[in-house]
Amino acid sequence: MKKVPIQKREPIRLTSQEDFKTFSFSMENEKKVKEILRRYPEERQASAILPLLDLAQRQCGGWLPKSAIEAVTEMLAIPLMRGYEVATFYSLFNLNPIGKYHVQICGTTPCMLRGSEDLKKACENHLRIRCGETTKDGIFTLSEVECIGACVNAPAVQINDDYYEDLNEESFLNIIVDIEEGRETKQGSAIGRQGSAPLKRDEHVKK
Amino acid sequence: MLKNSDKIFTNLYGEYDWHLKGAQKRGDWDNTSSLIKKGPDWIIQEVTASCLRGRGGAGFSTGRKWGFMPKDDGVTARYLIINADESEPGTCKDRDILRNEPHKLIEGALLSAFAIGSHVGYIYIRGEFFREAERLEVAIAEAYEAGLLGKNAAKSGWNFDLYVHRGAGAYICGEETALLESLEGRKGMPRLKPPFPALIGLYGCPTIINNVETIAVIPAILKRGAAWFAGIGTPENTGTKIYCLSGHVNTPCNVEEAMGIPLKELIEKYGGGVRRGWNNLLAVIPGGASFPLLPKDICETVLMDFTSLAQAKSGLGTAGVIVMDKSTDIVRAIARLSKFYMHESCGQCTPCREGTGWMWRMLIRLADGIGSVKDIDLLEKVTYEIEGHTICAFGDAAAWPVQGLIRHFRPELERRLSIGKVA
Repeated sequence: MKKVPIQKREPIRLTSQEDFKTFSFSMENEKKVKEILRRYPEERQASAILPLLDLAQRQCGGWLPKSAIEAVTEMLAIPLMRGYEVATFYSLFNLNPIGKYHVQICGTTPCMLRGSEDLKKACENHLRIRCGETTKDGIFTLSEVECIGACVNAPAVQINDDYYEDLNEESFLNIIVDIEEGRETKQGSAIGRQGSAPLKRDEHVKK
Repeated sequence: MLKNSDKIFTNLYGEYDWHLKGAQKRGDWDNTSSLIKKGPDWIIQEVTASCLRGRGGAGFSTGRKWGFMPKDDGVTARYLIINADESEPGTCKDRDILRNEPHKLIEGALLSAFAIGSHVGYIYIRGEFFREAERLEVAIAEAYEAGLLGKNAAKSGWNFDLYVHRGAGAYICGEETALLESLEGRKGMPRLKPPFPALIGLYGCPTIINNVETIAVIPAILKRGAAWFAGIGTPENTGTKIYCLSGHVNTPCNVEEAMGIPLKELIEKYGGGVRRGWNNLLAVIPGGASFPLLPKDICETVLMDFTSLAQAKSGLGTAGVIVMDKSTDIVRAIARLSKFYMHESCGQCTPCREGTGWMWRMLIRLADGIGSVKDIDLLEKVTYEIEGHTICAFGDAAAWPVQGLIRHFRPELERRLSIGKVA
């Protein structure tokens, strides 16, 4: 296994509620908002709350400050309370500041059977944080999540929007190191599988 | 064994082009308008005659479900919703359709929407599937560009708009009424049924909600005929099905096979066999996490279809086959599922909200050998208190795996208790 490398990335300052005293969508996102609102009947604009909160979260660097929830509920003309209800109900909304890379290790049984607990331990040791914590430099937040739906490519990890599959400790830590050192990472299967296709007989013996 | 020519999802693994042009080469969007010209009644008849059962887990007849739609009054909107909130542990079949066969789904959506008289459809896709949603959006844009969606879709005379709606990480939103709540912009808490969504669904309008795989096989049924589809599988369980093989098999994979294939054949032929041989098999969960596990002796002979698995006191569900070999700590494996249900319970009904966490804590204790034999009986009793006492089937789904564990592995639980707490 690779040794812990010297971190080359510049630390990132985590934002806080203070940084988002007010919130408004960027010019670019305003266009997306219009496109999203168009999908739902005019008198049913509340339907857009999930896509709009998601858009706001992306604009705020991966988490939802209060002001963003307020702005979205105002835009949709629904009670603020309902915005909080929705934001707290769905697990993809982060209500606290989060690292630049959200490493989400799937821990549900199909991944667990193929070693997700080892991945978790290895990553915790490597980043020197526990699940649910963020590294001091603001680069990584580590979470154990429930089934991410890549069971035949288990164990699988989702980092931000991308899936990394068929991992073992080594290939997983390599991805983490690649991110630390600012290299491109390869999404999908770490052992070169074509999607969800089975490995051929001789291939799986080798691997 | 399913003939290659009978396979519907020829690009399941994404080896070929998923864009419109590639999909058309594989036969998608072929003659769609002529199918529509045969009328909605013909489509519903064909789907009913094909005996297609919903692929989302419950296995309800798709044709019958469509038949529940009230007559079109010409005023009320009617909706088609495609449930792509695939989150059942052990299941990742819809993901392959979404990313590799999006045009089969879109064509199926148009045909189904026409059959039920709907002009607007939503695909509710789980939030984690960000890349899949991206691809689906591109595919939909291609279809609009080519005149296959929108006004006079595919030159059929029917107007149909299709939108992607991303969820935000809630397993419960795969339950159809929770999905409706979520799509209307609220917490995903299931509604009481009846009224069923076919009568009062999205925005109070008649709505049909089908699984991705169900909708994606519709074009094949209509093009190749109900008799062809009904000729595959067993009489009550027709057609092909995508099975997901995960866990302790040599080559985990998704594979499209006939309904009713023997479980053993499925594992041996496509999964490359159980790790270190068939005799190393401990148990299999055949239908996604919600269904009770089956011990090895039942796995020898059981067939993979709704009827056979129900007889074995389990179920086909989503056909997410989770294989566990003898190295598995079976109590912890099921306890982890209980943790999943604890995390995902929407919290609306007390038996489920409180029960799922209680079951998990109880199982963790039992896994450590803490407690007495009475605790096993108590745990079993509580599972029956949860089952059937909640608004939606989530309570049942949380209770069944635990019941299966006690039914088939009680001696193992008792053995641990007899050893006592292991440090």
